[in-house]
Amino acid sequence: MGESIVITSGKGGVGKTTTTANIGTALALMGKKVCLVDTDIGLRNLDVIMGLENRIIYDIVDVMEERCKLKQALIKDKRFEALSLLPAAQTSDKSSLTPEGMVNIVQELKQEFDYIVIDCPAGIEQGYKNAVAAADKAIVITTPEKASVRDADRIIGLLEQEEIEHRRLVVNRIRNHMVEQGDMLDVDEIVAILSIDLLGIVADDDEVIKASNNGEPIAFQPSTKPSIAYRNIARRILGESVPLQSFDEHKGILTRVKEFFGIRSK
Amino acid sequence: MSIKKQIVSIKGTKEGLTLHIDDTSSFDEVMKELENKLVGNEMADGQPEITVRIQLGKRYITDEQQEQIVEKVRSHHKLVVESIESDVLTKEEALEWKRDTQTTSIFKVIRSGQVVEIRGDVLLIGDVNPGGKIVATGNIFIMGNLRGVAHAGVDGNADAVIAASYMKPSQLRIANHISRSPDYEEVAGTYMECGYIDEEQGKIMVDRLQLLYQKRPDLRGIERRMLNG
Repeated sequence: MGESIVITSGKGGVGKTTTTANIGTALALMGKKVCLVDTDIGLRNLDVIMGLENRIIYDIVDVMEERCKLKQALIKDKRFEALSLLPAAQTSDKSSLTPEGMVNIVQELKQEFDYIVIDCPAGIEQGYKNAVAAADKAIVITTPEKASVRDADRIIGLLEQEEIEHRRLVVNRIRNHMVEQGDMLDVDEIVAILSIDLLGIVADDDEVIKASNNGEPIAFQPSTKPSIAYRNIARRILGESVPLQSFDEHKGILTRVKEFFGIRSK
Repeated sequence: MSIKKQIVSIKGTKEGLTLHIDDTSSFDEVMKELENKLVGNEMADGQPEITVRIQLGKRYITDEQQEQIVEKVRSHHKLVVESIESDVLTKEEALEWKRDTQTTSIFKVIRSGQVVEIRGDVLLIGDVNPGGKIVATGNIFIMGNLRGVAHAGVDGNADAVIAASYMKPSQLRIANHISRSPDYEEVAGTYMECGYIDEEQGKIMVDRLQLLYQKRPDLRGIERRMLNG
């Protein structure tokens, strides 16, 4: 029996879809069977980032309206077997999905997959409700910006109402030089405000955008900072305790030496 | 015990008249007696109005009966009923009273978009995040960070206060006063502070928590509930 995780944020453009693709990829790289579910009906992106756009025949709305079987709509990843994608519909609107329908689909997916990672649309309306309906756990994405933190706070409040007890935070797109200059909220501050567990932090990196444009989630790359961050997040999801090492990595060498000299060498 | 107690006795004080109404006689008797006592005592024109306070002792009267008494007294012009006091409360009134004065404890983080409304005082163990709101008819005490909006004394109680371990509110509201955080200077929050309405300046002041007992001595102890009642 698998586990369903919804990736949500409230605000748009903070990296939900990128995070979904990368967490899914990283989990699959660790040998888990993973299904990514795109619930952003009408604005599907997950297939593009995964580079699977040209393989879509059926989508989630077809499954819900019983025009095809669930298995027919699932797209196997071109790189490896363990990863599948259930794409969103591009032509319908969000009302073609219902929370009950989502629960059924995810329930069926759970039989076959270890992890079902659900990409939630921005906003807190119907699309959000659909995505959250079938989730066992939630990962809230925020960036170190006030507006984004405000929306994450709102979403956490709504998740409390949905009684999704297991909520964790990913702080995305951290620009270290701005944090150091005090122009950006730092992670501690964000965690203090949101008061939920931190699952991981991801640095802002041009490579992420490049990788997304190539249809190759960055988690495939072995050594870039964001890819390590995503793989660390996946390991934490699997229950390993991985220190937030990327935290220090972001910092300039000078600061790091100043702060940790004599205490621990990275 | 042979002397029959007077059903209605009138006492004059500096402020006006006090009517003591015996609580063992029936309401009809009282009304009759009131009529007797008051008739013939009408004041001449040109005299100032006299305020009357009515003491009911341990008698409970309905709103209707209260209306009748007021009517009766008022029918003798120059007499104005200032208050009617009774030593008894109905259970319902007592519960209402309790709700208005009790302190409710809440353990949670009030997040953006959430509003928590409380009757009486509230003790919040947790934070009020930006965009969140806590509203109480009484005082608000927060063990945690106040970053959102707090509204104390929402029914108009201007004596209500707001206290927080960490004070960085986007707005403080007490009764019908509002104060907001400054627009330009980026203020760091402050620890252990309280907001209250300063009568002289007519606006909300924020000051050290330790000064609260000087500003609102009533907050001390349970007695204030009795006094306020």
